[in-house]
Amino acid sequence: MNKNHRVPSNRTLSAVEVKSKFGAEFRRFSLDRSKPGRFDEFYGLLQHVHRIPNVDLLVGYADVHGDLLPINNDDNYHKAISMAAPLLRLFLQRKEEADYSAFGTDTVTRKKTPAALAAVLLRPDANKKKPPIIISLPKDFRPVSSIIDVDILPETHRRVRLYKHGQEKPLGFYIRDGSSVRVTPQGLEKVPGIFISRMVPGGLADSTGLLAVNDEVLEVNGIEVSGKSLDQVTDMMIANSHNLIITVKPANQRNNVVRSSGGGSSGRSTDSNTSFYGYSTPGSMVMTPSHIIQNYEPDEESEEEEDLVIEADRGAKLFPQAGARATASTSMPALPRYEPHLDLRPSNGTMASSVSVGSLNACDRGLEGRNLEEEGTVITL
Amino acid sequence: GTMKRFRRHGHESQRDKHKQDLYQFNKTVEHGFPHQPSALGFSPSLQLLAIGTRSGAIKLYGAPGVEFMGLHDENAAVTQVHFLPNQTYPQLCNLLINFVYIHTQSVQSLNGFSGMVLCKSFACLRRLLQLRFVIADLFTATFSRIPEDYVGRRNLECVETLHENPLNPRQVLIGYSRGLMVLWDLDRQRPIQHFLGTQQLESVWWMEDGENILSSHSDGSYCQWTVTGEDPQTEPEKQEMPYGSFPCKAISKVIQLPSKQGPPFLIFSGGMPRASYGDRHCISVIHSKTHEALDFTSRIIDFFVIREGPSALVVLVEEELIVVDLQTEGWPVIQTPYLVPLHCSAITCSHHVSSIPLKLWERVQAAGAQQNTHYSKKPWPINGGQNLAPDPPQRDLLLTGHEDGTVRFWDASGVCLYPMYKLSTAGVFLTDADPNDNMNQGSEGEWPPFRKVGCFDPYSDDPRLGIQKIHLCKYSGYLTVAGTAGQILVLELNDEAAEQTVEATVVDLLQGQEGFRWKGQARLDVREEPVLFPPGFQPFALVQCQPPAVVTAIALHSEWKLVAFGTSHGFGFYDYHQRNNILVKCTLNPSDQMALEGPLSRVKSIKKSLRQSFRRIRRSRVSMRKHHTNNALQEINARLEAEALQEMELAPVQRKIEARSSDDSFTGLVRTLYFADTFVSDSSHSTPSLWAGTNGGAVFAYVLRVPSLERRAEDPVVAHAAKEIQLMHRAPVVGLVVLDGKGAPLPEPLEVAHDLARSPEMHGSHHLLVVSEEQFKLFTLPKVSSKSKLKLTAVDGSRVRRVGVAWFGSRTDEQLESSLVVLTNQGELHVISLPSIKMMVHYPCIRREDVSGIASCVFTKYGQGFYLISPSEFERFSLSTRWVVEPHCLVEAPLQMRPKNPSSPVHRDQPDGVPTEHRCVCSCVIVQKPLFLSCC
Repeated sequence: MNKNHRVPSNRTLSAVEVKSKFGAEFRRFSLDRSKPGRFDEFYGLLQHVHRIPNVDLLVGYADVHGDLLPINNDDNYHKAISMAAPLLRLFLQRKEEADYSAFGTDTVTRKKTPAALAAVLLRPDANKKKPPIIISLPKDFRPVSSIIDVDILPETHRRVRLYKHGQEKPLGFYIRDGSSVRVTPQGLEKVPGIFISRMVPGGLADSTGLLAVNDEVLEVNGIEVSGKSLDQVTDMMIANSHNLIITVKPANQRNNVVRSSGGGSSGRSTDSNTSFYGYSTPGSMVMTPSHIIQNYEPDEESEEEEDLVIEADRGAKLFPQAGARATASTSMPALPRYEPHLDLRPSNGTMASSVSVGSLNACDRGLEGRNLEEEGTVITL
Repeated sequence: GTMKRFRRHGHESQRDKHKQDLYQFNKTVEHGFPHQPSALGFSPSLQLLAIGTRSGAIKLYGAPGVEFMGLHDENAAVTQVHFLPNQTYPQLCNLLINFVYIHTQSVQSLNGFSGMVLCKSFACLRRLLQLRFVIADLFTATFSRIPEDYVGRRNLECVETLHENPLNPRQVLIGYSRGLMVLWDLDRQRPIQHFLGTQQLESVWWMEDGENILSSHSDGSYCQWTVTGEDPQTEPEKQEMPYGSFPCKAISKVIQLPSKQGPPFLIFSGGMPRASYGDRHCISVIHSKTHEALDFTSRIIDFFVIREGPSALVVLVEEELIVVDLQTEGWPVIQTPYLVPLHCSAITCSHHVSSIPLKLWERVQAAGAQQNTHYSKKPWPINGGQNLAPDPPQRDLLLTGHEDGTVRFWDASGVCLYPMYKLSTAGVFLTDADPNDNMNQGSEGEWPPFRKVGCFDPYSDDPRLGIQKIHLCKYSGYLTVAGTAGQILVLELNDEAAEQTVEATVVDLLQGQEGFRWKGQARLDVREEPVLFPPGFQPFALVQCQPPAVVTAIALHSEWKLVAFGTSHGFGFYDYHQRNNILVKCTLNPSDQMALEGPLSRVKSIKKSLRQSFRRIRRSRVSMRKHHTNNALQEINARLEAEALQEMELAPVQRKIEARSSDDSFTGLVRTLYFADTFVSDSSHSTPSLWAGTNGGAVFAYVLRVPSLERRAEDPVVAHAAKEIQLMHRAPVVGLVVLDGKGAPLPEPLEVAHDLARSPEMHGSHHLLVVSEEQFKLFTLPKVSSKSKLKLTAVDGSRVRRVGVAWFGSRTDEQLESSLVVLTNQGELHVISLPSIKMMVHYPCIRREDVSGIASCVFTKYGQGFYLISPSEFERFSLSTRWVVEPHCLVEAPLQMRPKNPSSPVHRDQPDGVPTEHRCVCSCVIVQKPLFLSCC
């Protein structure tokens, strides 16, 4: 269960356990912590133990916070070895298939178990240390929002992902009923739709600049909203608020992302950098988060968010439990503080892939009707 | 690849087959009294009663269990209902029962001859279809014989009534609303006789001898006229104003029937003295020296008398159907087997208990029988049709809680929802109402001689008495009911009357939290002296929550003798064996002002501010008109305000999108409580436990130590906090269920002890199923880790409103499997498999706008359910193929009416609707649900 928090033994003081994963295969070996050697030797060792001598690899490891960080030079290699406590988890990818943007925060620890959480919350020595949030990566590297699936959506549409987790900012927008006029084979047709009606200044939605008043909401996390009531769409958005992906048809069609050539038929979700607005996501490469994450955690149990469980058992574990009760009762209202660590990056494999499948179909349909649709004007009621 | 695909396909179809075997959605029958009835009809030959409603529904009732219902396409009120018996009419014979109703529009289409009454023979109806020329003839040909001074300058106004001679259907009496009545010969197309009434005509009645006519009038009088007199007849034979001298209200209908022995029965509605009793809804019955004014609590729609005898008077009032036995001394009321007024006091909650043990059933029945001694012993007089439904498979009870503090027990086993027993909790408390305030009997010698009949009484003495939660243990006969002012009563079934004091325990749910000021209602005052409780459920313990907020959840464990309760402030549980409270847990978020102040004050303040702002706007408009623009500034202000108002009206509804936070209002409100014997703290020993779920997505678990049976009276019950789970999505927890080692929900308390359920599987790990409004989540026990989940809201935007565990089985297989049944805020029903939590089927059931219907839904343990379609009617539905309770009945028409090709009675699968060829005045009734429709 709590493989990330094994009790350190004497052995681990000198040796580093390495668990290396390539594809579906694992290799385990150990290294001397005091004599890690150079990166290129290590690289050769990896090719050797996996028996893939001629394969170009991209090497990544999971750090203590569950972030996937690259190993590509002596410095970060030594850092990785020194930080291993005691297990060093490696993830190897073929360079040509590599998914760079999987690197970043909270990418590996798909699952923080309640026990692990309780350990973080309640362990006396954990309290002595500074809270992990402070030593995590700089805030600038945390994605705030992104435009995704640019290559598969019609150019008139925009799919925006808002990363609520870890944000103090409110999501900060309102939606309303309205109607838009579409050109259909039967002529002009007025159809009911859901629109963004207001942005809260300084809110997450506002600060991204990707959403604006009067944008028509087409999908929420891959599910079409047509035929759903305002209240239903509201509830869907709130239920997905930790990882909200909204597909909109912007009221202002002049800032649309121009599709890069050749990407259209790939059928993959793409997390493109929203560079023209100046947002930075770590790395600036195209990637498929769904695939990589499936590799990490193929089992179904990957959780987007973990519920907090506080055990108040009497008996053997009395001392820490007594502490737990006390902490629990006082810390309950302050819970959101810990959320960044529980509320992991949500792009769960199955869901993300279903999103892209769904939107692919939508795209196929969309492509046919697109020319017509573009002429449709949005009427604000 | 292909192999795999094929295999999966096969698997799919097998799954679909399985679903078809188990689940099937039907709305089966409507229980209760139709909302807003507007017309009453009766067929003496078929012995069927028909009721039409303002929303266009027609309901037919015969013998208990014989019921049909039809709904008109348009939402038009049914104003009259008539059976057209015994004669086949070529175009209408496609209905075994010729049945006509007129709705508002068709009547209007008749050139303004409103309020016309169709005759009770079909031949007459046929004439009526040609009415236009009849009327025209009347105008041109007949008025020569009416004296000039009678007609004067007044016009005769519209035809009020048409009535045929009971002995000669070729003679029709036409009554004009101004008072004139004309006897018309249909064969010779000319008038026979004129009756020059001088008062506004309300109704006419042709007596059985065919020689005398009664007319009733708007001044509260009725007149008798003789048919075989001179023409025109200027004076009635007899004129009476029964409640005389002072001005009276109209007599809207009068009838007179001969009785087998002695003088006739005279029955009329209305006619009360305007000033003193103008607001009463009365029907007066006069027979020999007996004279009673039956005083109803709601408006009279119509009435008729069942002739033989006459045996019974059937009265349809706005809120109930009342049948008075005219053959028994004192004219007692006959208890109705259907059309029961569920809403005699507004329904506030309901609770269903399946398969009641016979012993308990008989005891409840006996207690109820002692309450019903005032009813007539005569059998139900309407007995048309045959009930072909098999006997109900089990005895089911539906309990409804009401605003006046009563709990009503209904026999819900079959098609007829039959009242069994009524429990009143008001006696425990001191309320403003004096229990001796007897409104039922008038004092001796009072005139008119009123007698209250009916049970519809919408006035609650004290809204705090309202029942909010009910739980009955069918094995032990213990009942707990909880109310609006934080009161929880524990009751025990006793076959004898008993005088006892109810011990009250006040439980402070705030546990000394500082800075709280409850602004809601006060706690109910408890009677300190012993109270005499009649046989039935008698309260012996009372818990009163402080603050006295509405009780939002209860649970009863009759084996451990514990009752758990929760409000918006916290929860606790009470040991009703030792009569002391064991646990209190405050769940209130200190920043939650709303929960603190009490919902009442909040509602009040919103209403108040709304009222104030509207008043302000109105004032400004008035001032705008008054000071006709002397002051430019004032004008501008007024315009701005008007614009603001307009903007307010036009501003679209918008919804804020924000992640739920921990400081939302009412997060501490306890939504669900659950007792379970399971593995809470270690995996080798199961222990009693209590689970509570809150509005803020928190689950609290307590391990209980319940002393052994021998020590139960001495040793204390002890509770220890064991676990707290905070769901990250923070949605309200609406259901908690523990699944045993085989994935089945734990049995009810005492179920195993009574050999009615197998023991729960204690080997293999137990699981906790947490149902929130947004998702279903399965956790392992004792170590709480998430095992699987099913998201609802994130996927389709609907939220769980009601959830229950139900058992399903196919019609052939004995094996039962448990599932969750769920009703969403969109009005959809879902069946979710256990323990795999997968969506099995879903059906749309209730309109999503019908919030009160959705909130009223209650599930049975075997996949049926009930919800309110109006304040007075339950719709019954079934999700199960195996357990369906629906009408199954047959009405056979008199022989000559049978179609030539007698087809066997048609059952459920008959396609709805019958061709409606007659769109002129009448339309054929479309009997939607089952049976007896067959086309020629």
